[in-house]
Amino acid sequence: MTQEEEILIMPGAWNLPFRHTAGRFASRFFRELRDNKKIFGVRCPECRRVLLPPRPLCERCFVSTDEWVEMGHQGTLEAFTICYVPFLGLPPPPIATIMVKLDGANTCLSHVMGGVDLSDVEKAKDLVKIGMRVEAVWRDERKGEISDIQYFRPVA
Amino acid sequence: MARRAAIVGVGLTKCSSHRRDVIYPELVYEAVSAALADANLKANDIDAVVYGSMDPFDGVFAPERWNVDACVSAGFLNKPFLKITTGGTTGGSVALGGYYHVTSGLFDVVLVVASQRVGETLEAQLVLNTCIDPIYERWMGGGAIMVGANQAASHFHFYGTTEEDLAMVAAKNYANALNNPYAHLQRHLTMEDALKMRMISWPLRLSDCCPSSDGACAIIIACEKRARKITNTPAWIRGAGQITDNYYVGDRPWFQDWEALSILARRVYKQAKIDNPLEELDVAELYNAFTIQEIIECEALGFCEPGKGTELLRKGVTSMDGKLPVCPSGGTLCTNPIGATGLVRVSEAALQVMGKADKRQVPNVKTALAHVWGAAIGFHVLMILDKEAL
Repeated sequence: MTQEEEILIMPGAWNLPFRHTAGRFASRFFRELRDNKKIFGVRCPECRRVLLPPRPLCERCFVSTDEWVEMGHQGTLEAFTICYVPFLGLPPPPIATIMVKLDGANTCLSHVMGGVDLSDVEKAKDLVKIGMRVEAVWRDERKGEISDIQYFRPVA
Repeated sequence: MARRAAIVGVGLTKCSSHRRDVIYPELVYEAVSAALADANLKANDIDAVVYGSMDPFDGVFAPERWNVDACVSAGFLNKPFLKITTGGTTGGSVALGGYYHVTSGLFDVVLVVASQRVGETLEAQLVLNTCIDPIYERWMGGGAIMVGANQAASHFHFYGTTEEDLAMVAAKNYANALNNPYAHLQRHLTMEDALKMRMISWPLRLSDCCPSSDGACAIIIACEKRARKITNTPAWIRGAGQITDNYYVGDRPWFQDWEALSILARRVYKQAKIDNPLEELDVAELYNAFTIQEIIECEALGFCEPGKGTELLRKGVTSMDGKLPVCPSGGTLCTNPIGATGLVRVSEAALQVMGKADKRQVPNVKTALAHVWGAAIGFHVLMILDKEAL
């Protein structure tokens, strides 16, 4: 093949619609967020761990879960990163994704951090810390989805 | 009792950000032809094919159909053909699939192929985002980079690892890739250069993250009787296995350690009769899609204590002239055709054992380890190759 040979490119794109049931567990969780500004997890009847997000089985004990437990609105940041580059079709940067262990839960909820200036990484890395206390900030208009909690912010 | 099995042929393609010179089957053909030539075999000598890719990176779902003829004319010759997809571990899983085909006694000579055209997607992170739970987690825009960045931030917090340590991993791998004609990124990078790269996701900079690559890879696995006739330099599979962790990453937020990998390592070392990996392994080809992972993997694989991976690095233990060179190929950090990447790790370990790694050959390799992770750090595959059968 010579350098001058023209190679043609065929465009491609997928735009396939799907529908995902939230099922009984996430539906109840989302309804509580939307209607009552409450966060619920489920307790495993055997190991007694409180699982968040709520789910139909405990994978440690392989048993069904059915006891709903209300969580606190505050928790501890267990892990995080702050993304600074835009990715096509994904939320715009800077965005801090965090894992929060809410008071009363044994597992972490994946969510985002707000109420902190993330624009300068050198400053932001000292503002978002593993072990810090955070609290939920709610949307006024809630739709019954995980982002009804708009973000978590540092506890004042 | 499982039969002995060995890798007897390896074929790699040149990887780049877009192999515009070849259509997909031609890319696969390039790898398969090279593996057949390496083993001096013909298409008819292959009893079965195990193929892997991670859909939908290529923009063609189930590309095994497109590629079936490029896999030793498997369609024309009506050969048994099995496709495996396990996310980032796909390339490791197909190697395991080939190993199981042969050790079970069901097939004598098996072609293992993995391919991916990550270069044909315009946004790899958006494709990766489709792997994430659509109910609770997809909305945040998570992809692979955030997982690697979580690991780095936790390792910094708990073990005091620094951006300089990550830059050292990057510089080491970029230098190794310069000796590897099949590597995607082939340019000199100093630690100073790395520390000036733009921040992708704190604390990972551009040079801490693997590229998106087009590439394919093929190996041939044979039973003992056939292996000894095919080559004088078989790479015997002395131990191999896979492990999985639970689904919700939020259930295991201790990103500084890689517990599942440690458990798998203990299993596979026992199988391969390895007591002290740092002393008994001669080279390790690890899946370091992000710089931090090479450090955590060294710890989880027992080359050092948890939190001491940076010491190993700073002392040069894992450099090309060190006691246990890690990623002589430049690793996943310099080349990542996702579904094929795991098989590239296995191939590199095999080439090192066979003495065919050319400019990147580590001297006197007897035993090599290949590692693969995938599925939002939930899956791992390990394979131990050796000059001598167990």
